[in-house]
Amino acid sequence: MLILENVMLALAGLKANKTRAVLTMLGIIIGIASVIAIMTIGNSIKGEFSSFADSMGADQITLYVTSKSDDREDPYMFMDMGFERKGREMQKSDYMKTEYTEDLKEHFAGRISGISLVEEVAEKGTSKNGSLYAYVKVRGLSKDCFNTNDYDLKMLSGRGFYDRDYVDGKKICIVSDYYCNNMFGGDTDAALGKKISVVIDKKYYSYTIVGVYKYDNTKAGGMFSASSAKDTITDLYLPFLTAIKQTHNTSGYSSISVKAADLNEIEPLANDIVEYVNEKFYRNNDHYKVKSYTMTSFIEEYMGQLSSVSIAISAIAGISLLVGGIGVMNIMLVSITERTREIGTRKALGATNNSIRIQFIVESIVLCVVGGIIGMTLGIAIGMVGSKLMGAKASISVLSILVSFGFSAFIGIFFGYYPANKAAKMNPIDALRYE
Amino acid sequence: MAEIIHLENIIKRFYVGQPNELEILHGISLSVEEGVFASIVGASGSGKSTLMNIIGALDKPTEGSYTLDGVDIIAARDEELSAIRNRKIGFVFQTYNLISRTSALKNVEMPMLYKGVRKKERRERAQMLLEMVGMKERMSHTPDELSGGQKQRVAIARAMACDPAIILADEPTGALDSKTGRTVMDIFHKLNQEQGKTIVLITHAPELAEETGRIITISDGNITGERINPNPGYHPSSASDDEPEIQF
Repeated sequence: MLILENVMLALAGLKANKTRAVLTMLGIIIGIASVIAIMTIGNSIKGEFSSFADSMGADQITLYVTSKSDDREDPYMFMDMGFERKGREMQKSDYMKTEYTEDLKEHFAGRISGISLVEEVAEKGTSKNGSLYAYVKVRGLSKDCFNTNDYDLKMLSGRGFYDRDYVDGKKICIVSDYYCNNMFGGDTDAALGKKISVVIDKKYYSYTIVGVYKYDNTKAGGMFSASSAKDTITDLYLPFLTAIKQTHNTSGYSSISVKAADLNEIEPLANDIVEYVNEKFYRNNDHYKVKSYTMTSFIEEYMGQLSSVSIAISAIAGISLLVGGIGVMNIMLVSITERTREIGTRKALGATNNSIRIQFIVESIVLCVVGGIIGMTLGIAIGMVGSKLMGAKASISVLSILVSFGFSAFIGIFFGYYPANKAAKMNPIDALRYE
Repeated sequence: MAEIIHLENIIKRFYVGQPNELEILHGISLSVEEGVFASIVGASGSGKSTLMNIIGALDKPTEGSYTLDGVDIIAARDEELSAIRNRKIGFVFQTYNLISRTSALKNVEMPMLYKGVRKKERRERAQMLLEMVGMKERMSHTPDELSGGQKQRVAIARAMACDPAIILADEPTGALDSKTGRTVMDIFHKLNQEQGKTIVLITHAPELAEETGRIITISDGNITGERINPNPGYHPSSASDDEPEIQF
């Protein structure tokens, strides 16, 4: 009951002394606002990065062949950048073979949900029909590719590949809607069953269209595509075996992508696979071995760095909170000196030391919390604008709001206690006579 | 009549144990019965303020015993003294000491707030008291919107808030002109006569003391005179105001 009365009293006091109150709260406002703004921006960047990383395939483990002398910890996505291979060039026997994938699937049954192999048939092929033309990138996909983020195809008409398509090696393909626009006037149904020919390195290859997918130009590749939709190179997919037959690739792969069954088990699984493959297939290879990288390790590293940076900046901003707190203490000391007579009167009217103490602590808390609320609003606004400017989707850090709210109340108690205690211990006679 | 205030051999020293030790009260014994309007009169420096602080439970004597409405003040701890001041004593100060930026009504409610009276009851009693002192129309005004006399009337209403055993008025008319001072004194008389409230008036003005039923004169830390006034109240004489009427 006394608390509520004291809150009302403190608010009335703030209103009566607006300029002073605002100046006192300024330290708290700036402190809280900067902490929240920084945390919000950090959070937004994290969120943005996290969804980016997810789209890159958080459940994927990339296995790649590298020199035995390669002892880099985290090559991440730019494996070959600035790294010079020692020893001889890669030979046919150094590559990973398709059999390895079968072996891995068997050995890690249950832990691996798929292994995708991509056979790059041609970077740019041309399909022509009279004056009509379309550019395609020809790729052979293994069955497991279709479970991954990279090949999450939206079929517009027709079908995807069936299980038997992967084993009988028929010349069938899936083309994009862009391709249909160029070649069939946009009629996706008309394209089904049509035999098309594609020129690759001056040789003609013909395939039968079984399905049309929706081309997603936001995915990687879209950014680098030609200016007009007509000249865009879109993927044309073949079943893996069909592609292999065409390229006569017998050497194997320098990297394969393994999809983990359990997102929480990616790192141990990656380590186990590397160990297994090296033991089984690369034991007698003096020059090459396999290593792995995963999105998770990359994400964790990046997130960790981002967190420490935003915590460090927040800590610096926190110093202004401390300064703000000292400002609050200062003004509370001034306030109790000014109100010595009031304190004496209250004591004469029956206020105990404790109720005087509570009154001034509540006043200090109100000062800090009001400052905190203003700072919070300001911080969220700055954070949202900042996130927008950096092109990230603003995501407010709820934790930072709770923490700074609690922290401003704590500052109020901490820096209010000393002045309040001083007021509580005043001698009523001296206080009453104070001029 | 029951004794409300009982002081026995009160000695008050300041700076005890230091070279500048100073004895202000030299062994004062006095008692005030219930329902009496008493006055303690003395020149400035006579020790009357020190005595008032002790009577008001704001300060403890160095030696002696003090019983207020049956409660031993000497033995009371700090929080108990707060409760005693809250419930048994109503203070009226020369400088009003209303809480600024707070309405008259809230000022009167304040002692009841510390007593823990419920809000509704608090408000009703405060309104009733303000009506009694003729301040009902201005109860939402803050002290800086009130004149000196009005402030003192609010202060009297506040002193009455917890229905105290005594009202302790320290030079209540000291800062007022004679006309408003008169109004304030009339309220005290009314409280004493109609409600039987025990009032202790501390003043340096003998003419005010003469209005009370019991006049205690203090000089240099000793009680030098004590008499009963059989005919208390304000009796304007045909004589000049400079010559206070003295009745025996």
